[in-house]
Amino acid sequence: MLTIAEVEHVALLSRLDLSLEEKKLYGDQLSKILEYAKMLDELDTGDVPPTAHVLPLKNVYREDRVGEHLPLEKAMQNAPERDGNFFKVPRIV
Amino acid sequence: MAQYETVIGLEVHVELKTNTKIFCPSGTGFGGDPNTHVCPVCLGLPGVLPVLNKKVLEYAIKVGLALNCGIAEFSKFDRKNYYYPDLPKNYQISQYDLPIAEHGHLDISVGENEKRVGITRVHMEEDAGKLVHQGNISSTPFSLVDYNRTGVPLVEIVSEPDMRTPEEARAYLEKMKAIIQYTGVSDCKMEEGSLRCDANISIRPVGSDKLGVKTEIKNMNSFKALQRALHYEIERQTEVLEEGGRIVQETRSWDEAKGITMSMRSKEQAHDYRYFPDPDLVPMVIDRQWVDSIKESLPELPDQRKARYISDYGLPEYDAAVITSTKELADYFEDCLKGYSNAKAVGNWVMGDLSRLLNAGGMDITQCRIRPAQLAEMLRLMDQGTISGKIAKAVFEDMFQTGHDPEEIVKEKGLVQISDQGEIAAVVDEVLAANPKVVDDFRAGKDKALGFLVGQVMKVTRGKANPDMVNKMLKERIK
Repeated sequence: MLTIAEVEHVALLSRLDLSLEEKKLYGDQLSKILEYAKMLDELDTGDVPPTAHVLPLKNVYREDRVGEHLPLEKAMQNAPERDGNFFKVPRIV
Repeated sequence: MAQYETVIGLEVHVELKTNTKIFCPSGTGFGGDPNTHVCPVCLGLPGVLPVLNKKVLEYAIKVGLALNCGIAEFSKFDRKNYYYPDLPKNYQISQYDLPIAEHGHLDISVGENEKRVGITRVHMEEDAGKLVHQGNISSTPFSLVDYNRTGVPLVEIVSEPDMRTPEEARAYLEKMKAIIQYTGVSDCKMEEGSLRCDANISIRPVGSDKLGVKTEIKNMNSFKALQRALHYEIERQTEVLEEGGRIVQETRSWDEAKGITMSMRSKEQAHDYRYFPDPDLVPMVIDRQWVDSIKESLPELPDQRKARYISDYGLPEYDAAVITSTKELADYFEDCLKGYSNAKAVGNWVMGDLSRLLNAGGMDITQCRIRPAQLAEMLRLMDQGTISGKIAKAVFEDMFQTGHDPEEIVKEKGLVQISDQGEIAAVVDEVLAANPKVVDDFRAGKDKALGFLVGQVMKVTRGKANPDMVNKMLKERIK
């Protein structure tokens, strides 16, 4: 079972501001998910090599050729706020 | 007061000089209008697929080989998660437990001491965007973001904590810059940020084999800043310990103007990157033959070039080290040799007048107006006796200012050396007649007196008299 402190730590990393009820609710849900995933521990994986990727693919590369850039208006179209060519964001620290 | 030993390790970030970004075909050009070198991939829009630029992998392997690392047979990318607006995805694609290269080394020398510094690892990652603040980051009302640099390829090179003084750290960074420049994979311009350095530094009582608590120093934008910041930090940490305090593990920022480091602690400090393999990028299985061919393509590196200058050209070790410290200077030196084969003479001019004038102007060799062929020509004029060594210095300064050919300057200013017996004899006689007391002094054994007389002849001829002839003639006539 996740402690409230652990839930608060995860919430901080995700920049979530949670009420006490939410912390309890999500803590409960996250614990259930972890419990579920724990079932995998029951398997003997001693002979299975660790995998870095789920697909049997390797060495996929592109050549170093410049492609098309997004036009500025398209690049900025989802910006909540802009200032000329720049994305504008709230104070960071 | 206890005696402390300093322990320093450096993390160096180098921007690779590719045409396109690491995972998308956006251009990497420096200085474009904000947010014009971007595409859906580097903007981190949903549903896009990053694909590795093969050139980045090649360059990273090259860096690894140049630093004597082993190249991984199997390598992969991971996500480093943190929230910061210079990264639109909220994670940086980097490498965690299987970097492209590990276990290398680099040799430095400080004064008489030579030292081998271990390279822990070299890994590939994407650069972040640029933030613009009004004033500083914590007082600005808002920040502006330019994502042009987001996704520009970097290699991060992590050293072992093998350095013991700020001078060693500086020598390491200088050597690192030289090696990377030689390989041609980066410009390594600290002022443009294509070479960046963070330092981990701690102190411990002499004799202890346990590492002290370290701080990480950021924002050092020159070799000198690195050295100054580390000196400051040693002093600060020593003071804290002497006063019975303890060092807090934290990131500190170097303030160049104030000459101090300042804590960057904030709520951001909750570092927990939750690395995991990036599912969008497939693993790299590195072909040995490819690695071998990259190894063969490596140019001569600074240490090899230095050794060659000592053995083939007979340069003093110090001169060879200075000339090979940047690729541009060494190339300049060798270009001079194409027009004038006496390497020692060329070396003396490069180490002497050229370095002095460059330093005085705060310039590097790439900004030098004297072309190598012109320096070679000037040295030939000296050999032919057209100009004296003294005049050559003046001609050289003129060349440095104007970029004109030495012959042109000599002709224009009437600097051709006077080697005519009769002409010199006339001046010598004049000087002897005007200075009977000095002549007596010389006869009485005052060798210095001769120098004065030579000086007088030079003054009359405005430095143009052939000094050997003047010397000889003065001695003959006084006898």
